[in-house]
Amino acid sequence: MKNGKKTKINGNNLLLLITIALFIVMYAAGCGVYASKGFTRMQTFLNILINNAGLICITCGMTCVMLTGGIDISVGSLVALDCMILAAGMEIWHWPSQALMLLVLVVGVIFGLVQGYLIAYLEIQPFIVTMAGMFFARGMTAVISTDQVSIVSDKFFTWLSGFRIQFPFGGYLNRKGILQLPYIRITVVVAILVVILIFLMLRYTRFGRSLYAVGGNQQSATLMGLDVKKTQLKAYMLSSFLTSIGGICYCLNTMSGTTSQATGLEMNAISSAVIGGTLLTGGVGNVIGSLFGVLINGTISSLVQMNGKLISSWSNIVTAILLCFFILLQSIFAKIKERK
Amino acid sequence: MSSWKKLTQKRLFLPIFSMILVMLINVVYDIACGNMPFNFFVITIRNEVLYGRLIDILNRGSEIAILAIGMTLVVSSSGGTDISVGSVMSLYAGVCCMLLAGFGNANVSEYHTPLLVGIGAGLLVTLVCGLFNGFLVAYMNIQPMVATLILWSAGRAIGLLLCNSQIVYVRVESFQVLGSYVGFMPTPIIVAAVCVAVAALVLRFTALGTYIQSVGINKRASRIAGFNSAKIILLCYAICGLCAGLAGMVATSRIYSADTNNIGLNMELDAILSVALGGNSLGGGRFNLAGSIIGAYTIQAITTTLYSLGVSSAQAPVFKAIVVILIVVIQSEPVKAYFKRRNAKKIAAKGATQA
Repeated sequence: MKNGKKTKINGNNLLLLITIALFIVMYAAGCGVYASKGFTRMQTFLNILINNAGLICITCGMTCVMLTGGIDISVGSLVALDCMILAAGMEIWHWPSQALMLLVLVVGVIFGLVQGYLIAYLEIQPFIVTMAGMFFARGMTAVISTDQVSIVSDKFFTWLSGFRIQFPFGGYLNRKGILQLPYIRITVVVAILVVILIFLMLRYTRFGRSLYAVGGNQQSATLMGLDVKKTQLKAYMLSSFLTSIGGICYCLNTMSGTTSQATGLEMNAISSAVIGGTLLTGGVGNVIGSLFGVLINGTISSLVQMNGKLISSWSNIVTAILLCFFILLQSIFAKIKERK
Repeated sequence: MSSWKKLTQKRLFLPIFSMILVMLINVVYDIACGNMPFNFFVITIRNEVLYGRLIDILNRGSEIAILAIGMTLVVSSSGGTDISVGSVMSLYAGVCCMLLAGFGNANVSEYHTPLLVGIGAGLLVTLVCGLFNGFLVAYMNIQPMVATLILWSAGRAIGLLLCNSQIVYVRVESFQVLGSYVGFMPTPIIVAAVCVAVAALVLRFTALGTYIQSVGINKRASRIAGFNSAKIILLCYAICGLCAGLAGMVATSRIYSADTNNIGLNMELDAILSVALGGNSLGGGRFNLAGSIIGAYTIQAITTTLYSLGVSSAQAPVFKAIVVILIVVIQSEPVKAYFKRRNAKKIAAKGATQA
């Protein structure tokens, strides 16, 4: 019994190790090939974090939902809705940005509540519910405004967006001979905080453990005395809430709201979580893996950008190949476990 | 009361009911606008082709109807959905137009390779896509949605890659036929009708339909009963891929170009919606092809109606989402159980008063 348990943990750790190794290999290869273009600079790595800060938050939420065995494909559209609320709120309604950020978070929680209720208590397939949510959020974005709204007037939001936290080391001299220190944005701090909090939550809190239990086997979770439906409901609320935080981060990066914003972001979030070792059947996974999943996605797109000749759909193709590889790996691991 | 109940329990009740509802809305709208009350149903011949809102719905709904055939089989056999169909449509456009136009050209007025080779190669590629999905689902035991997620992302990307991220125009008369008119009849309607007829005949005169339902209801039991469950699921996905190719063929010919970014965009959602609207359970098992087809045209009718009501194409999804949620909530087990309990209570109360 004890032995069996040990191998199971090893198998799951192995997926995480493969992911981390893949990231390191990929990044090292990038450093080797594009050293002359500045890939070795610390800022390149930090830029991956800056560009994907929103995605990191969203993937954490997605991981929680996937742990329960569900899926949430509404995240991309919800991000578009968040950005539009922020942009339209500041530029058209002239509300203060602090109030709007709060509003966006509340919208996220309500959105998650409705989706979670439909999934957990009315037992409708998560895919269908969140697909409808995806339609709804994208449509509402267009109801608010069909134009592209750029944020220019709000001082606090603009300051927040341009705020740099500079590192005192690791700089390089640019062509004019001025020292460029590496920096991160406020969004990266938010994203890292989210990762740490969710990591601790999944590991040490009652709710976190029950997410794993529900995903592992619903029936035994019920027999153990867990409220399965409530846990599922909370997972979807958490996902939408984190998506809203991610949406604010995303908006701080783009400083605008359009209907077509963040299309296909749900795909990035799902593939990052899968590459990070989260099982789609539920019960296995953690946010550290998801973080590395996002970093791998970010590295691929920045490698494609660095090359300059490749068109951007290459990053989609490579991500899909990796996704295929990891899904097959998962299925092989599952088969081995079954045989044991 | 009892005859009404009998009617609501018919399998085709939901799709036909929603279709009639959409038509009624149109009639009311026409009256409100001061038009002829049955403007919606009027079919005339203008510029030597059929013209009318019904024809428009039938014409524009062809792609969804073709996709709905494949999607119904996939949902029935595996209890999951194939979300890659929209991307595969776009991949077809990429492959077919690149072969016809020659690689690297973006605008041609004569074929580089024969038309049939282009279409054949495109359909072959989509068939391979279907087989790939089917292999992952049937033999690797991967959840259908996840397995098809791979091509959902890669299909469109490969299409874009083939076209070099350009819109490729093929300005040849014979290429446009499939998307325009034969005589006075819009060709997409004919293509859709042929596809539906072939599918219906195959399902009626072979045991395939029964096999698929049996696999969908219980995969393991069907295997023990002697069916090759995995092979049947594989076949369903292959058919779905081929249907996506045929839908892509119509969509590409309609605009005589490979607009890889936009062909089939969000089409998978329409296809899944039409299966749900057709009264089929998305959990697999028994299926009803006629329901799905009616569902597909209902969706197109909803879309066309929304446009004619002045809702922009970007805002239309809000209404679609509400429709989906209403349908699935009505179909969901807890709601059904609730109504059953309420009815039982009513009957019990009646019995008590009579006693």
